[in-house]
This record gives sequence, C-alpha cells and structure tokens, in this order.
Amino acid sequence: MPLLNNIGALTYALEQEMEKDKSVVVYGEDAGLEGGVFRATKGLQEKFGEKRVFDTPLAEAGIVGSAVGMAINGLKPVVEIQFSGFMLPAYNQIVAHVARMRNRSRSRYKLPMVIRMPYGGGVRSPEHHSESPETLFAHIPGLKVVIPSTPYDTKGLLLSAIREEDPVIFMEPKRIYRAFKQEVPEEDYTIPIGKAKVVKKGEDITVVAWGALVREASKAIKTLEEKEGISVELIDLRTISPIDKETIIESVKKTGRFLVVHEAVKSFGPGAELISIVNEGAFLYLEAPPSRVTGLDVTVPLPKSEHFFMVDERRIMDKIKELVKY
Amino acid sequence: MIIDKFNPLEDEMISILNKEGEIVREDILPEISDDKLIEMYKTMLLSRIADSKALQYQRQGRMLTYAPNKGQEAAQIGSVAAIEKEDWLVPAFRELGAWLYKGISLEKFYLYWYGNERGSEFSENEKVLPMVVPIASQLPHAVGIGMASNIKGEKDVTLAYVGDGGTSEGEFHEALNFSGVFKTPNVFVIQNNGWAISLPRQKQTASKTLAQKALSYGIPGIQVDGNDILAMYAVTKKAVERARNGEGPTLIEAVTYRLGAHTTSDDPTIYRKDEEVEEWALKDPLTRFQKYLIDKGLWSTEKDEKLREEYSDMVTKTFKKVEKIGTDTELKDIFQHTYSKMTPNLEEQYESQKKYFEGGEK
Repeated sequence: MPLLNNIGALTYALEQEMEKDKSVVVYGEDAGLEGGVFRATKGLQEKFGEKRVFDTPLAEAGIVGSAVGMAINGLKPVVEIQFSGFMLPAYNQIVAHVARMRNRSRSRYKLPMVIRMPYGGGVRSPEHHSESPETLFAHIPGLKVVIPSTPYDTKGLLLSAIREEDPVIFMEPKRIYRAFKQEVPEEDYTIPIGKAKVVKKGEDITVVAWGALVREASKAIKTLEEKEGISVELIDLRTISPIDKETIIESVKKTGRFLVVHEAVKSFGPGAELISIVNEGAFLYLEAPPSRVTGLDVTVPLPKSEHFFMVDERRIMDKIKELVKY
Repeated sequence: MIIDKFNPLEDEMISILNKEGEIVREDILPEISDDKLIEMYKTMLLSRIADSKALQYQRQGRMLTYAPNKGQEAAQIGSVAAIEKEDWLVPAFRELGAWLYKGISLEKFYLYWYGNERGSEFSENEKVLPMVVPIASQLPHAVGIGMASNIKGEKDVTLAYVGDGGTSEGEFHEALNFSGVFKTPNVFVIQNNGWAISLPRQKQTASKTLAQKALSYGIPGIQVDGNDILAMYAVTKKAVERARNGEGPTLIEAVTYRLGAHTTSDDPTIYRKDEEVEEWALKDPLTRFQKYLIDKGLWSTEKDEKLREEYSDMVTKTFKKVEKIGTDTELKDIFQHTYSKMTPNLEEQYESQKKYFEGGEK
C-alpha cells in the first residue's frame, strides 16, 4: 500500500482511472508536459500521450466550455483550473452550461466531467490565490461540490467524481497538498459523493469542517479533550453539495451543540446553510445557539496579514469552549 | 479552392445567386441534386411560415417572447444543408431553418418558445444541442465536440452558429483560438444580421469584416452573401470538407439581415430606418431562390401556392397540439433533470411541493 500525500493520491487516482477508462481525458493550463503548477498530473502525459493529457491555451472559459462539448461527445474530461481564484472567467460556463446542460436537454446530455481546482489560503500566495469559493458552486443547482481532506479520501472521492454522471467541482485544499502522508490502497475503491464522515465520535458538541480545516479542528479537539475534558464529535463534510444532512442532524441530536468551521468568508457562506439545516432538523435538541468560526468578510489579505484572516486551532478552541459553557 | 483563396481583409463577398435569382458565379456553382434543391427550398418556406405564425401567436398572447428568423433562412439552410446526418449542429437561438433541415420537428421548436423545456427533448440520433440564450458561450461546446471527435478518431464535423453581436464575447475568441490550436473539425457560421438588438454592426466592432477575425486564430475566414443559399451551401460544403479531411476549422461570415425585430419584446423602429429594411426586403433569400428554381424548371408558382397552404395548415395544427402538450407538465419534471438522481434535498422539496399542490402530483 503506497504511502502518499494528497497530491500523490490525486495523481494516483487519475492514473488508475485513465488506465481503466479510455474515455478519461485530462487537460488544462500547464497540465500536460509540466503536470500542472502543483504537479497533480505529473507523468500522465508521458504515460497516456498527448491526446489524452494535454496543455491548453490560457483560457478558463475555453477549458471548461470545451469540456462540456467533450462530455457531450462521449468523453470524460477532468480539467484543471490552476487556482480557484482564476475560475471566474469560466464561471459563466459553469453556471450557464455545466450546471444546466442536463436540464436544458431534458437529460439527453449528461455531463460526466470534473473541474479540479486548488483553493484556500495559508500558503503565502499572491492575490487571487487564497480564496475559498465553495459557496459559489454549492449555490448552483446541477453541480456537485467535493472537497477531500486526506489522501485516502482524495483517491476515493476523485474516482467517484470521475465516474459520476453529473458534473463535479473538485476543490483541493492546497495547504495540505503535501502536509502529510497516508497509506492509500492500491485497489479500486470509491467514497460516495454526498456522504460526510464522522472522523471522531464525541458527546458534548458536533464540529463540522472540511478541507484543510479538518486538521486544524482535529488539533483543537485533541487539546480540548486532553486539557478540558470536552468530548467533541468531528465530522468531515467531504461533499459541500449535496450536503449530508442526516449525519449532521443525527450527531447534533446526540451532542446538543453545533459548530461549523470554514475558511470561506462568513456572510452567506456554507456555515449559514449548515446552521439552517441544524435549526430545521434538531432545534429542540439544542443547548446552545449553533455557531460558526469562519474566514472574515474581507478580501483575503496578502501573506503578511493573512494570519488575521485564517481560521486556526485557537479560534476553534475558544468557540468550542464558549458553546459548551453556554 | 474558394476558401483558401479568399482574403477577408478585402471588401469582397462570395455570391453565386444575385437578387434577381440569376447565377453570377458559374465557376463555383455547387453541384446539388434537384431533390436536394427542392428540399432546401421547402425548408425555407416552412421556416418562413412557421416564423410568421409564431409572431402572430405571440401577438395573440398565445406564445412567449419569440426571436424572429425572417430574412435569415438562406444563411441557415444553405449552411446546414452542407453537413451530413452524423454531423453535429450547435445552434444559438435564431436557427429555426437549420433546426428544421436537421430534422428536428417544428413541434419541439414551438414547444420551446411556448415555454416548455420538452422542446429540447432530443432523441439519441439527433445530434443537435439545445437552444442557448447566453451569447456565444455555445461555441466552446462546439469546439469540445470537435476535440472529442479528433481524440476518438471520428470524422464528424460540428457546425455552430453565432450572431454578429456574439463576436464581441470572450467565449467567441476562446473558442476560435482553441479550435485553431487543436485543429478541430468545426465550421463556425456568424449570422451577421446587421444588428445586435439595437447596436449596428458598425458599432459592434471596428473590424472591416467579421470574417477577418479568423486570421488572428490562424484559420481561414470567408465572407459570404448570407441571403444567397447557393453561396452559403458552396462555401460551407468546402469548409465541411476541410474539417473532415483534418484541415481544421473555418469561420464563415454570412452577411444577411434580420427583417424583423430582435425578439417580440423589441421595437426596431426606434433604432433603424424603414428604408434600410425595404432595401433588404428586395434581397429576400426566399424569393431569390424561388425565382432560380422556377427558371430552372424545378418549381412553379402553382406548386408554391399549394405548398404554402399545406404548410400553413400543418403549422397551425402543430401549434394547436403544442398548446395542449404545453400545459400538461408534471411537477416532477422540474426536479428530475437537475441531477442523474434526485439528491435528498430535491426529494424533500419535491415531496413538500407535491403536498402543497392539492391532490398531489398532477
């Protein structure tokens, strides 16, 4: 069983699926020869040739728009947008076409395609390299939005995404691309899209996070449990749309408290949706107002002041303590 | 050949049939069988009648906002007639003629403009994309279809349409650039109908021609008299041959004119002069082609009148049928085409709406 980091697991999944399914095609800016700026597609062109793994002109709408046509014409494109901050020129394609082609054609044209993009801050990037725009996709009917947080999940979720009939936005927390390694099984396995994972069971409060913040939350929880004796149930959401309401509601019914942790800006963010879900599904079980620790409603600052923005272990810890004492 | 020799930077335009219905370029007159010529004409006529009736229905409050096609029949049918059954059609939203010639039923077209998505319900063997309202963003899809054809080693050609206004959109340029780079089997037809709602072609772009835009992408561009069905056919046929032979895409600028409004919500009298419309009415593609066919002995005014009546009845019947079908949508229809399988959220919302509409699902 290879020991891989998140980026390695990505490449591994792509390689295995391309071998298995000849209709999978990988492309994007620098995605061919160089293997992408983060090397997620490294070695694939060499192995599968320029017909199936290639570089495109610098044009996000062209990349996503052509993937629509490709999917219509029987292939399964897995395209790379270099950074989620550069996704906006393709947003018209994503919203006006990727999300709607099935509906518009009464399901005659399904779009089995994956749009991959690194997202999130904390890596000392320039402007437009640190945003967490998952809400912009999750708000659009017709899209599925997936965010893995471990190498194991990365492989399993990416394989599911490629095999989906529906278009999937696959967001990759770049801060943890190479942060740690994990054993990733060689065999074919998938993780269902739309299913959250209970990372750790607990009694006093439910914490939901995803991407890089699953690790931050884990650290906070460990300290709290050791030092304060607070028992936390941690859920990795894994799929932002559709949300696994069941797992969350079930957990909150047990713990009576709810905290959502995300890097996206606060207002109209995914936290608002999750809190609504909890209010609708477990209101009478609540012992404290459901709450959120999030990014701020500001443009993500440049690296020298980014620490003011980031959600870290301490902010999570403080909020959990506040809610448990409420 | 005709395409490679053309210089889009010069103010010339390919024309074969003049407005009197006479052949002016015998050298490039395409070979088209008599049956096919008649079929092309019939589709033009059907398109014209269905179009004018759609307008009437809209005025009667029986049809939604509609985008008239009158005057653009040759640009559409002349080009679509040059592709084969296995080729793809990627329309914008003003391509009734292309739609009909490709074999898509008028019923579907009417259903769509009646406000029912079932008009875009195509069968597996209809290689056409649904109508699309955003401007020019369908062109990257056409290119993607072509990229897939290349990857799969298939010989299908993809014919896509865009308006003159669409040439200003970013996706027009991204699509053409991709197409040039990847040498995709595409034919792009710009229906330059003079106006993008109220903006005249001269204010759309400072380029002398729209065809010349192709040069920046390393692909041939050619300007054609879009009201001349024979010229449209001849040029598209060559472009299709190039595409099928692996020689890459072609951009065709069809110079035509929108005799009607942009849509029924628009009032062109605000921005254009009657004289301009009258002048273009003299270049009507339908009468021009009819004259040609009559002179050739393939058609007659008697046949024409008879067919007009026949089509008129058929179109009326079709619309009445659409009025019936168009109101029997089930609640589930708005949910079931969002994802391959309804998500738990959609299931929940569907069940709740079902309860809300008394008596459950209609």
